Parts: sequence; structure tokens; C-alpha cells
Amino acid sequence: MKLAYFPGCSLKGLGRAYEESLLPVMKHLGVELVELDDWNCCGATAYMAVDEVKACVLAARNLALAEKTGQQQLMAPCAACYLVLNKAKHYFHDYPAIKKTMDHALAAIGLKYDGDTAVRHPLDVLLTDVGLEAVRQKVVRPLKGLKVAPYYGCQIVRPYATFDDQYNPTAMDKLLEALGATVVRYPLKTKCCGGSLTGTVPAAGMRMVYILLNEARKRGADCLATVCPLCQFNLDAYHAKVASQYGPVRVPTVYFTQLMGLAFGLPEKELGLNRSAIRLDWRPEPVPTPASKEAVTA
Amino acid sequence: MPEPRNGVRIGFYVCHCGHNIASMVDCPAVAAYAATLPNVAVSRDYKYLCSDPGQELIKRDIAELGLSHVVVASCSPLLHEHTFRSATEAGGLNPYCFHMVNIREHDSWVHTDRRLATEKAKALARAGIRRVAHHQPLEMKRVPIHPDVLVVGGGIAGIHAALTLASAGKKVYLVEREPSIGGHMAKFDKTFPTLDCAACILTPKMSAVRSHPNITLWSYSEVVKTDGYVGNYTVTVRRKPRYVIEELCVGCQECIDSCVYKKPMFPDEFNEGLGKRKPIHIPFPQATPQVVLIDPEVCLNFKRGVLTDKCKKTCVEACAERKAIDFNQKEELKEIKVGTIIVATGFQPFDVKRVPQYGYGTYPNVYTALEAERLVNASGPTSGEVVLRDGRHPNAIAIIHCVGSRDRKTNRWCSRVCCMYSMKLAHLLKEHSGAEVYNFYIDIRAPGKGYEEFYDKLNEEGVHFIRGRVGEVTDWAMTPEEEGKLVIRVEDTLAGFVRRIPVDMVVLSTGLEPHSDAQSVRRMFNMSCGTEGFFLERHPKLAPVNTYTDGVFIAGCCQGPRDIPDTVAQAGAAAAEAMALIDRGHIDQEPNTARILADCSGCKSCIPLCPYTAIAFDSATQKAVINEALCKGCGTCVGSCPSGSIIQNLFDDEEVFGEIQGVLADEPN
Repeated sequence: MKLAYFPGCSLKGLGRAYEESLLPVMKHLGVELVELDDWNCCGATAYMAVDEVKACVLAARNLALAEKTGQQQLMAPCAACYLVLNKAKHYFHDYPAIKKTMDHALAAIGLKYDGDTAVRHPLDVLLTDVGLEAVRQKVVRPLKGLKVAPYYGCQIVRPYATFDDQYNPTAMDKLLEALGATVVRYPLKTKCCGGSLTGTVPAAGMRMVYILLNEARKRGADCLATVCPLCQFNLDAYHAKVASQYGPVRVPTVYFTQLMGLAFGLPEKELGLNRSAIRLDWRPEPVPTPASKEAVTA
Repeated sequence: MPEPRNGVRIGFYVCHCGHNIASMVDCPAVAAYAATLPNVAVSRDYKYLCSDPGQELIKRDIAELGLSHVVVASCSPLLHEHTFRSATEAGGLNPYCFHMVNIREHDSWVHTDRRLATEKAKALARAGIRRVAHHQPLEMKRVPIHPDVLVVGGGIAGIHAALTLASAGKKVYLVEREPSIGGHMAKFDKTFPTLDCAACILTPKMSAVRSHPNITLWSYSEVVKTDGYVGNYTVTVRRKPRYVIEELCVGCQECIDSCVYKKPMFPDEFNEGLGKRKPIHIPFPQATPQVVLIDPEVCLNFKRGVLTDKCKKTCVEACAERKAIDFNQKEELKEIKVGTIIVATGFQPFDVKRVPQYGYGTYPNVYTALEAERLVNASGPTSGEVVLRDGRHPNAIAIIHCVGSRDRKTNRWCSRVCCMYSMKLAHLLKEHSGAEVYNFYIDIRAPGKGYEEFYDKLNEEGVHFIRGRVGEVTDWAMTPEEEGKLVIRVEDTLAGFVRRIPVDMVVLSTGLEPHSDAQSVRRMFNMSCGTEGFFLERHPKLAPVNTYTDGVFIAGCCQGPRDIPDTVAQAGAAAAEAMALIDRGHIDQEPNTARILADCSGCKSCIPLCPYTAIAFDSATQKAVINEALCKGCGTCVGSCPSGSIIQNLFDDEEVFGEIQGVLADEPN
């Protein structure tokens, strides 16, 4: 299967490890991602807060570019991009006044958006199109013994619960189980990571980060698995600050794609695992011999 | 403009209906226009034509002006066709020389441009006037009504309706899907606001059903087919096998004691799975009928429902000479004839799995309201002691209102009974456990006799009320006091901040929703459903127990959420409506039946098409004949006749084409 791919700024910057692990994992599963040519900011964060319509116009340009490539589907791995692109599509269909502005702005640069492109999250593609069985087939180093707290953050299920339950998403839980990991029941799976509060109101932001890490620690998680570059950053970058206020809560936070890469036995240097401040030291058993490998895949 | 027809003198009347029509339609202008049309002898507008003086006006005109036909342009025929047909008849004409034009629902109520609405009223008037000129005198059909009644559903609504009818001497078939009648009410502990014991007030009625000579009770049975029409329904009922012969079983339950399973180990439906039962069981102590049944899914003598005959059959030994147990019992189809049907199929509780944020299934100490009813009930699985699934006794209990109700994501309606039953459960749980009880509500709705006073009483008892829709139930503890507890996270909208309240037990006050198979039941009895899926009454205020199908009535929660007093009142009303039909002895049927003309070629193509098997072939004349008593006037044969030899009263070609030409005519008006 082939999809257009919208990395967004995070996956080229702070969330580089997400892209580094996503691309080989998808390739390994036979999913071809074609990066959108000349993409621009998705319209998230500050734009959305200041002017929703302008944010939607930014997003619409990306949607229009995707439509132009002839791909019906656009993968947006970053949770913020995923939300804004979906929101722009929703506004395009349901708010004629905003659609008019979008049409007008796109026409000025010779583009047109018909509202057809489906915005897909990697989790959605993995569960719906690839299928858990196909994922299981690729597992050569099961994550046996690794206890993972699945952390979805807010944006991929709210407000648009396109492929999972709004209150209790389970797509990543199922995926992690397919990889052989032990999924820790984590009731904070959709709680706020602090978002930009870690920068703007640090006292509030640190408390939120602490709550998430502490609960994962209390439940015996070896790591948190996330789908969002901002969540990963907040849960990874502030350990020293959190520790100074609340005491140490040393739990690493990784992208689910990194765990997939480990389970698939992909070369570690491809997975960006060394980019985190708090690294996951745990590794699955070494790649089995060819004979036992067959046994695993059979 | 068509030529005037000889001898046709039409009186045309347009009604203002107060402001309902007159505000959007210029009624005097419509009357003035109609006066110019061929055959119109008199044309008038009037404020309320349905009033006595309005009807008098029509009668007087018929006599004084020698009218032959009457057209009234007003509201819907559903409301007043009968009124004006009667006025026409009282004036000395055949009532079918009348036609009604709807310029309210079809015009004034749905348009916003007065000029265009007036033009439309003129077009509709013209259509009615052209049509009525062809109307011929017709006679009403009279068919006898079968005096027996079918009541579907043996909850409190069905029980009350059946008993009311039976006491009035009517023969009633009561069909219940479950092994026992009693419905949801039988599971309740107490009833609000009086706190009288539900079983104490229900079980006498249940045994009255069992012993009443006029009631045939078929439990563990379902209606599978309904044919016919008001007064003459043929209903097929499937009686599911209990593997116990109902007539022979005396309910001694010795078979249960001697079952090869020494201990009950299968989830007990009556106790919402909180208790256990054996494969051979009786639903609950007061079950009616007092007849045991065998669950073939778990009985050792079956394997996944298929008879294997491999068990020691100790139950058969215990039953001994009575020989009531019959492993070979098969389902049975029974056909009955009834004249009227009361549908009282009830509701299903909202499925709490749809709101995962409240943790049902994740946290063992989260209960549904119906489970809580069983937990506080003396005959429940814990004999009324509030013991949690983990064996603890609760010190603090949360009751979450509006679960699945008043929510755009699930059901939008208010389920009406939850506020009151939540408060009842709060009282009972506090009484049985001494725990602190917190109610989390959006609004308290206590609009019944003694209901508000009950709310006051709960406040005096020290039950806590916190206004706010609960965000989630979680075991995420932030303080040592919260460890090991269920934490309620809620915005207290009166205090204006988010609270965390640790409790030991959570009760979810689930809303009421239509049964998942309500659509197939609706089709079976030819009823309609509202958007939310509850059965639709004929009129929300004035015909609340009637449906759009004559002779089919509804009662209880299948029509919408309601409490026991309202359900009983409605069931009584449905019984009275059925009796009104039965005691009249006959039904007047519209004479809109089809007739075969002499040109019939005898091709027989209409015969298999008739849904009412009203058409037969007369081999003597080599022509089709229609049995007028069976014909319902659906028109299927009329449309299908290749030689155009079938016509339908009130819908013959001249009438229909006259109407079409009238509405489409491009005449100066």
C-alpha cells in the first residue's frame, strides 16, 4: 500500500526519532510513504489559537497538495498535525464560510481542495490496513518482559475519534501486545502532557509531567509509549526539573514505532533510540538463529 | 377550464383555523377565487369551521342551496375528516360526496411567503373541487371484531393491561419472552417514593394473571408473525422449549436440588449475573408460572444446545411419577385469532460498556443500577447485604446519574426515572451499609407526586448531592487517602472547581433505551418508531396509547421511558381503548375497496399480488372477484391490471386525474 506522507515540523526537528523509526518500520511492513513535495506548517499550536481560519487555510494547502499527487490518503504521524488536518477537513465540509476562505486562498496559488483526502494516523493504518496479524508475522524479537504504559495524549482521539474510542483508546495497547510487550493498565492514557504549559506556566506543566511519569512508575512500567512528539518531548526533557520539585521519576518515553523497530529486529541505529534524554536501556533477546526465526514466523 | 358537470353544485369552505391558516393564507381571497370555478355554487371562509356554527353553516347551505358536494380546505383529514363527513351527512348528502383539502400542514405551517402560500391554497382548493365533482355516494363497510386480545410483554404494563381486560370478561393471551412474567419491576427492591417493596405489590398481580380463567399465559414465547387487520388479526406465537412440560410441573423444585451439579455455578440472569444458578432452574422464587426450565447451553444432557443423553439425569429421577421433564421437547408454533393487540415490550437498560470512562468491567466495584437493586434486595445474591465483588463493605458510594442519557454521544433523551431511582438506591444503600453516599447529577428531576418531598428527605438523611457530570472513574490515586479507592473526577458546577472524591463503590444510573430488536417488533405489528427508536403513539397528547395501525395499542416503556405509576396508567388506558373497540362489536371500514369491472379478461395476474388474499377467480364467469370484507384498499391490483378493469372507490381515474389536473392547471387566479 502507498500513502502520501506529511511529516510536519516535529518529525524533522525535535521529534526526529519518530520519523527515523517510522519510515523503516513502515517500509518493513510494505507500506510505501511518499513525502509530500513542498509541504508547509500544518497550522497547529499558536496558529490555531490565534486564528482558526488561517490555521485551516495552512492545513488546506497541505491537503490540496496531497490531492494533487493523486493519493487518496495522507499519513500524518504527529498528533498535532493529525488533529489540525482533520479539523480543516471537518470545517471545509461543515462550515461554508470557512470553506469559501479556504477555496479563495488556495485559488490564489493555483491550488484546489475537493475535501476527499483521508487523513490517516499510523496506528489506524497499522490496525485497519496492515492488520495485527501481519505485524505479528514480522516480530522476530518479541518484547517479552517489557512493561509498557500506553500513552496516547489528547489529540489523536479528541475531538475526532476516527479510529478509536474517545475515552479509552486501545489501538496501541493491541499493537504493543502483538509485539509481545506487557501492557500496563494506564488510566492516564489520554491525560494532558502539559502541552506548551511546560514553557509558559512551568509550575503547572511540571506537575502534569510529574503526574504522568509517577503513575507509570507506580504501575511498574519500564517505559511509556507515545504517538505524539510534544508528549514525548515533555515527558523526556524535564526529568531534572521534575525531580528537583517532586523527587526522581525516571521512566523513559519512546515512540511506539521505536518499540516496533526493536521487535522487528531492525538495526538500532535506524531507530533514533539514542536521541532521548532518558534512554530506554532495555533490549529484547538477541535475534534468534535462522531455524528458530522460522519457528517464530510460522 | 373544464365544462361544468350537470347537476353538480359544490359548496366550498375555507377555514382560518384561528391564526394557524389565516396568518399565512389569505382565506377570503381563496374563497373569492373558488367562487369563480365551475360547479361551485357557494364559497365561504370561516374562522373555525370545525365549531358547531361552522358545521351548521355547511348543513344549512346543503339544504338551502341544494348542494350536491362539499369541499373543506382546512387542517389534516386525520383530525377533522370525520367531523366534516358527518356534517355533510347531517345536511342530507352521502358523506363520501365530501372531500377535504389540507392547507394547514401542507401549506400555512410549512411556508413563510404569504403570497405564494395563498397561491398554493388556491391550487389545492382547485384540485379538491375538480376531484369532488366525480365523487359518488358510497356505503361504509361493517366488519365484526374478534373479542379476544393479545398482550405482548409480561412486565407490569402487560400484566396490568391483561388483568384489566380479563376482569372485564375479555379473553386475553399474554405472551412473554422470558421464562417468567414480572419484567424489570420484579428485579427492583423497593419503589420510589413510597419505598414499598416492589415484589410485595407486583407478585399478587402475577399470581392473579396465572389463576385468572380469562388469561392464557404463554411465557418463554415470542410472537413471530402477525397477519390481518383491526378486529381480525391472526398471530403466530413460538413457544420455546423449556424441556419441562408446563402442565405437569408443580414447581416443587426437587429436580433442582438433585441436579448433578451440586452447586449453582452459572450466571443467574435474574440477579444480573451477581448470583449463580444450576442448568435446571427457576428464575426467582415468585416466578410465574412456577415452572422450572433447563438451559441446554450448560445442561450436561446437551452439548452446546444439542441433545446427547449422556447425563445421569438425576432430575428425571427426582421428578419421578410426574414425568414433567422432557429432553425431547421441541419449539411449538401456535396460531391464535384476536381482534386487538396491546404491545408492552418495555425497554433495555443502556449498555454501560459504551461509556468506558466510568470503568465498568475494568473496576470490579463499579455496578449498574440494576445490579445494585439486586444487591440490596433481601432475596438477592447477598440477601441484601452490601458486599462488594472484592468482598469488602463500602464506606463511601458514588451514584452517577444520567449514564447514557442526556448525552449527544449516546442517547439524547432524559430517561425520566433515573433521578428518582438513584435517590431510592442512595437511601437503600445508606440504610444497608451505613456508607457515605454521593449523588452526581446534572439536574434533579423529581416531578411526580411525592417526588420532590423524597428529594428533601434524602437531603435530610445526609446523602450528598454534587452537581456535575462525572468525567471519569479511575484508580489513579494522587494522595494516600485515595490509594486503593475508586476516584470520581468531576467538575462541581455549583462550587466551581474540579473535585476528586474517593469511594469504594460506584453505581451507574443507566438510562432506558428501546430494545435492540425494537425495529423487528415494530415491523411485526406495523407500527412506527420515533427517531430514538421508541414506538410512536398516534398523537403525543390525545392518542398516547394508539398507534397508526388500528387495533394495535402501546403501553409502558416501549413507547418511551416512564415510571411505574405512569406505566400502569397507560396500560389501563390501552386496555380501555381495546375494550371500546371490542364492545362496539364491529368496525366501520372505509369503502375505498376495489371492484372488478365487466371487462375483466380473467388473466388472474391480480390474484397472487393481493396481500390480503381478497381476490378469487370465479370459474363460472371466468373473471376475478374481490371479497369486499377482506379488501383493504391498498390499490396494488388496480395498478397491476393489464386491461384497466379494476377500479378503486375514492381513487378512480376521473377522481385522481381531476385532482392532478386541478393542482397543475395554469389558470389565472
